Amino acid sequence: MTKTVFLGTVAAVALTTGAALAQEGSTLQQVQQRDELNCGVNTGLVGFAAPDASGNWTGFDIALCRAVAAAVLGDPNKVRFVPTTGQTRFTALSSGEVDVLARNSTWTFSRDTDLALDFVGVNYYDGQGFMVNRELGVTSAKELDGATVCIQTGTTTELNLADYFRANNLSYTPVNIDSNAEGEQQYMAGACDAYTTDVSGLAATRAAFADPENHIILPEIISKEPLGPAVRHGDNNWGDIVRWTLNALVAAEEYGVTSRNLEELVRSSTNPEVQRLLGTTDDLGAMLGLDAEWARRAILAGGNYGEIFAANIGEQTPIGLARGLNAQWTQGGLLYAPPFR
Amino acid sequence: MSDTHAQTVSFVRDTMLPAATPPVREAGAIKWLRENLFSGPVNTILTLLGFAIVWFLIATFWDWFAHSVWNAGSLAECRQIIAATWGESARGACWAVIRDRWNQYVFGFYPMDLYWRPTMTFGLLMVALAPVLFSASRTIRRTVLAITAVLTLWAMVVLGAPAGWLAFAAAVLIGGFLISERHVLWLLPFSIVYPLLGVWFLWGGSLWGPIFVLVGPLLGWIAWTLVSRIAPMLGVVAAILVTVLFWLLYAGDAAADAERLLSLSIQTVRSDRFGGFLLSVTIGVAGIALSLPLGIILALARQSDMFLVKTLSVIFIEFIRGVPLITLLFVASLLLNYFLPPGTSFDIILRVIIMVTIFAAAYMAEVIRGGLAALPKGQYEAADALGLDYWKAQRLIILPQALKISIPGIVSTFIGMFKDTTLVTFVGLYDPLKSMSDAVRASTDWKGIYWEPYIFVGAIFFLICFGMSRYSMYLERRLQRDHR
Repeated sequence: MTKTVFLGTVAAVALTTGAALAQEGSTLQQVQQRDELNCGVNTGLVGFAAPDASGNWTGFDIALCRAVAAAVLGDPNKVRFVPTTGQTRFTALSSGEVDVLARNSTWTFSRDTDLALDFVGVNYYDGQGFMVNRELGVTSAKELDGATVCIQTGTTTELNLADYFRANNLSYTPVNIDSNAEGEQQYMAGACDAYTTDVSGLAATRAAFADPENHIILPEIISKEPLGPAVRHGDNNWGDIVRWTLNALVAAEEYGVTSRNLEELVRSSTNPEVQRLLGTTDDLGAMLGLDAEWARRAILAGGNYGEIFAANIGEQTPIGLARGLNAQWTQGGLLYAPPFR
Repeated sequence: MSDTHAQTVSFVRDTMLPAATPPVREAGAIKWLRENLFSGPVNTILTLLGFAIVWFLIATFWDWFAHSVWNAGSLAECRQIIAATWGESARGACWAVIRDRWNQYVFGFYPMDLYWRPTMTFGLLMVALAPVLFSASRTIRRTVLAITAVLTLWAMVVLGAPAGWLAFAAAVLIGGFLISERHVLWLLPFSIVYPLLGVWFLWGGSLWGPIFVLVGPLLGWIAWTLVSRIAPMLGVVAAILVTVLFWLLYAGDAAADAERLLSLSIQTVRSDRFGGFLLSVTIGVAGIALSLPLGIILALARQSDMFLVKTLSVIFIEFIRGVPLITLLFVASLLLNYFLPPGTSFDIILRVIIMVTIFAAAYMAEVIRGGLAALPKGQYEAADALGLDYWKAQRLIILPQALKISIPGIVSTFIGMFKDTTLVTFVGLYDPLKSMSDAVRASTDWKGIYWEPYIFVGAIFFLICFGMSRYSMYLERRLQRDHR
C-alpha cells in the first residue's frame, strides 16, 4: 500500500514537473506572454549599466536589452532589469530567471560549452591593460618587473596577469582587491604601482580621477575579452532573435541607418540590403517568428551601434573610449555583421 | 579603663573645627583626572597613547571633514568647488552625493510618487510596537508616539501622499495615541493585524489577500470550538488543518473573486524595486519579529524530554549554526530556482527573510537555552509543585525569568542580524552599504567617490543599532527584580 502511494506521488510529481517543463515552451512565447523581457545586467558598471537618480537604467549593455525588447515586444521600456553579481549571473540565466544576459561577460570556451550558455555575438571587444602613475616612468608593461599590481580576485583578469608575467619572465606582487571602487582607492593611495583590469574600465577609472593627466594606460593589451550577450543553450530561435538584433544594430551603422534617418530610408532607400533590414522587402522577421518591422524598432530604441556607443561610452562622454577594435570592419575594426538576406 | 583615659586628657576641644578645603590633589577635576586617567604609570602611558591616537586621527582627517561640500551635481563639480574655496591642493568630503542620491539610499528603486507608503508603514509600525515595547512607561510611550505621529504626517505631506491616505494615517496615529493613553493593551489587535497591513502597504496589490489570510485562523478557531465539544484532543488538529487547507485551497481564489466584486487594490510594487534602508529595515524587522518566537520554540524543544522533538531541534540548530549565512542566501537565491518548477516565482525578498529568520532563530535558540539553563532547578520544581502543566509553567514561571536573563544575548543577536542584512548584496539585492553605493558609483557623475557613502550608511546603521542597545539596557533595568 505505502509503496503504491509512494510510486503514485513520484509519478504525480514527475507529471507536474513534465507539464511545467512542457508549458515552459519557447523563450519567445514566454516573453510575449509576460509582455516583459527579463534582462540580466551588471549591478553597476560605469557606461555599461547604471541606474540614475530616479532609478532608470542607462548604459551600453542596457541599450542592447532595450533593442531586444523593442524588437520582440514593440516597446523598449518593457524590460525588467535583473541586477546580477559576478557569482549569480550565469545561474540566473540557466535557471530561467533572466531571458538574456547582457552583463559585460567575456565569451570563453568553457562558458560557452561547460556552463551551457550560448554567446550570440560580441557587442564590445575589450582587453586587459595596465594603468600606472606617470611619475613611475614606465612606458611599457614589459618594464613592470617586480611591481605590485592591484588585481580583482575571482575574475579572468587574475589568470591573464599570471600568464603574461610568466610568459615574459617578470615577477610581480599581487594586491588583491574586491571591487573596482576599492581598486581605485588602493591605487590612488599608492598601495600598488599598477592597476590592471579591462581597458574600458581603466579608461573610466582614469576619467574619474582628480588628475587624469598624471596617469597613463600602457599600450600592451594582454588578453582578449570579447564581451557579449548570452542566452541559454537549447532555444536556438531565441538565440537567433538576440543575435540578429545585435547584428541589425551593427549592420544599421554600416549601411548608414540611424534612428534619425530611419523613417526616411524606409520610404526612399534603394539599397536592397537596407530594404531587407528594415522590412520593406522580403519578410525576414517572419523567419525569426517576429513581424517585418522588428529591426526598425530595435534601431529606433536607442539608435544603431555607433549611436549607442557614442551616447554611452564614446569620446563625447566622460569615459571617452575610442572606437578602436569596435569600429566597423570597413574602418579597420572588428565589427562585421553577416548579410541580411 | 575608659575613665583613666578621660582623666589623662587635660584639654578637650568643645567647638568643631571649620571644614578645611580638601587638598588640591583630592578634589574636583584634578581628582577625577588622577583617579580615572593617571592613576598609575601604566594607565598614564595608556592615556597619553590614547590622546596621541585621537589627536593623530583628528589632525589627519579634520581638513577633509572641514572642507565638506553639500551642493554639487557631480564629483568633478565637488572638486572644483573645493579647489576654488580652499586652494588647489586641498581635499574635502563631497557629501553632495548623499544629497543627490539620498532617496535611493533610503527607498531603493521604489516608485518616487509612492515614497509615502513605506513612510506610513514605518510610522504605523511604532503604533503596533507600542503595546509590545513601550507598555510599561507612559512618558516614554507618549514621547515616542507623539514624535512618530508628527514626523510621519509631516513626511507624508512632504512626499505628496493623497489626502485620503493622509487622513487614514492621521486617524491611526492619533487614535493609537489616544487609545494608548487609556489602556495600551487595547492596541494589541492592531499589533496582530499590522504585519499583514504592512505587507499590503509595502507591496501593494489587493487588500483581499491579507483579509483572506486572516479568515483562515478565524475558521480554524470556529473549527476548534466545534470539534473540542465532541473530542477535546482533536480540537487543535482540526483548527490547524482547517486553517492550512483554507489558505492552500481557497484563500487565493476567494481573494481573486472578491477583488472582482469589489476592487480594493493599490498600485503593486515589485520586490526588485526595494533597496537601501527600506530593504534592510524590512528584512530586519521581519527577521526580528519572526526569529524570537521561533527561537523560543527551538530552545524549549532542545530542552524537551521527547526524543524526536529534541533530536530534530538539535539537528536544525547545529546545522544552521554550522553554515555561513552567505551559503544560505545563495541557496535561497540560486539553488531553489532549480528545485522549484520553472515559471514559479517565489519572491526573492521572502526567500531572504526566511533564510535570515532561520539563521537568527538558531542563534536565538542557543541564547535562550542559556537563560533556561541559568534558572535554578527549584523554579522548575516549584512550578511542578503548584500543579501547573507544562505550558502554564513555561508561560508563568520559567520563560519570564529565562528571557530576562537572556536579554543582552537576544538583543546582540538582533543587532547582528540587522547588520547581516547587508549581505543580501551577494544575491543581487540593493543593500545600502555595498550594492547601492556601487550603483551610485556606476554613474559617470559619481564615479570615484569612496568614503562618503560608507560613512553615511555606517552612521545610520550605528544610530539604529545603538538605539536597540540602549533599549535593551533600559529593559534590563526595568525588569530588574533582585537587589544588588
